[in-house]
Amino acid sequence: MMNTINKNAVQQIATIHSNKRVGAYHQILINVGEMVKSCRPGNFVAISVGGDSSRMILRRAFAISRVSDSSQYGGTMELIVAPHGSGSKWLCAQPEGSELDIVAPLGTSFGIPTEPINALLVGGGYGSAPLFGLADVLKGRGCKVDMLLGASIGSKIYAPMEGKRSVNSLKIYTEDGSMGEKGRVTETLLEIITNRSIDVIYSCGPMGMLRAITELVAQTEVIHQCAVEESMACGIGICMTCVLPVRNEDGSTSMLRSCIDGPVMDGAHVQWDLVGRIPEAHQ
Amino acid sequence: MTLPVDMSTTLGNAWFPTPIFTASGCASSGKELSQFFALKDVGAIVTKSVMTKPRHGRPTPRMAETPSGMLNSIGLQGPGIDAFLAHDLPWLVEQKARVIVSIAGETIEEYSTLARKLRSASGISAVEVNISCPNVENRGLVFACDPDASRRVIDGVRKTIGGELPIIAKLSPDVTNLPEIAKGVVDAGADALALINTVLGMVINLETMKPHLGGKTGGLSGPAIRPIAVRAIYQVHAALPHVPILGMGGVASGRDALELILAGASGISVGTASFGNPTALISIQNELRDLLAARGFATLQQAIGYAHREETQ
Repeated sequence: MMNTINKNAVQQIATIHSNKRVGAYHQILINVGEMVKSCRPGNFVAISVGGDSSRMILRRAFAISRVSDSSQYGGTMELIVAPHGSGSKWLCAQPEGSELDIVAPLGTSFGIPTEPINALLVGGGYGSAPLFGLADVLKGRGCKVDMLLGASIGSKIYAPMEGKRSVNSLKIYTEDGSMGEKGRVTETLLEIITNRSIDVIYSCGPMGMLRAITELVAQTEVIHQCAVEESMACGIGICMTCVLPVRNEDGSTSMLRSCIDGPVMDGAHVQWDLVGRIPEAHQ
Repeated sequence: MTLPVDMSTTLGNAWFPTPIFTASGCASSGKELSQFFALKDVGAIVTKSVMTKPRHGRPTPRMAETPSGMLNSIGLQGPGIDAFLAHDLPWLVEQKARVIVSIAGETIEEYSTLARKLRSASGISAVEVNISCPNVENRGLVFACDPDASRRVIDGVRKTIGGELPIIAKLSPDVTNLPEIAKGVVDAGADALALINTVLGMVINLETMKPHLGGKTGGLSGPAIRPIAVRAIYQVHAALPHVPILGMGGVASGRDALELILAGASGISVGTASFGNPTALISIQNELRDLLAARGFATLQQAIGYAHREETQ
């Protein structure tokens, strides 16, 4: 019996290739070498923060926004990081050339169709980051890719110029109307699904948005693959802190780890109403 | 040139090639860490405490990072003993890992039931009886806080399991008189003691202005609690010098492991350090070997409890 959990994950010391501010976020490129070959859209990386004498003992998990392999720099991994907490602030303050202790690729990835389908990618805040890498892969498979991005304010929309080229259409919503349309991504979702014959929605962003999308598409044939977010201590499946209630085929509920059974999950299987509660005891 | 250090250790009649083990609840049942090192390369895998039935555990949030530590509030989520024995244990045995099965119960009878199931299982080096999980609904059910309840649990397990398999009683530091509780469980049939479980704590979220964890309280672990572990091990080793101790609590380096060994630990469980570094056990094991050699210890055994020696000047 082989181990099947995170079978491509490795721990390695990697160097920061570049670190640039982009709106409210930092775009951090890391030289990771051969690792890029096993990274898939949706996978994440766990990074030690704070240096050797840090009082922060836990790694921080970041979605891998995209990877590339060039003859000049070798394999690089891109992260879009919001400097919110002490760990992400430390990472955003690291200059080019700094060494990072990373573990990747971790977790599940977005399912890529074998046939050209109509895909809608929905991102909330910096949750849009991994969707651009995904868009590249989907375009490569001949899929039609539409994208909807939303955030509270315009500076929290992450939509790089080069990323826009990999989508057929991009619509932006902000709650204050400071960029794109005023409102939320969910407002025209059903209309878009119908008008553009959407087969699959890929989403990444706040849990409230993922839940709202799941509820909207419940009466449709659309498949909803979402990348969930739950606070985790280890990222590799041993701490059991990041669990989500997920419905099994027999109707029972299991508390699955969002780090190894996610982050990409089938939205229809997540028991959104039970998040933060304990399901009924086993029969 | 220094001779290689004999790192082997024993807990009761169980022998281990090295003293570095996983900590219960910090390695699941081994599969996840096997991606990062061969499980047979460490002393033993101490599995997550298993109960008789599958269990969902406590609601999220289950985690809060604290300065040099973290609080967890998992609440013994697990597959139940039958699924564990059918799937997890055979897999561990196949990896040639030495296995210490940790059990937890809500009643004294549940511990005996678990012991009965383990009795016929093969490939187990020892049983850790977790009577000190802080993440249960009723603090009154933390057996390790009550000397009489502690004794009765261990007595029940000993009578059920027979005389062969070593029993390691896992105790809580959140008590007034730890040596007294330790003596009680040893009298009841424990061959060794696991010290310490997490320390009960709480974090209040300043946004909601309510306890942050779904279970309100949680167990504090990590380097923040290491001095408590050193103290507890030192106290118990002084009172019961012939009872082996599986020491744990914030060990993140070979230096930390040696500190607990000098205080009286025969083995070291590494828990929270694996969350931050999946290969922590291997580096701690290598660092410990070097530190022992540098201090002239030919065997690990010579270093156990070395901090207790009388000065002869």
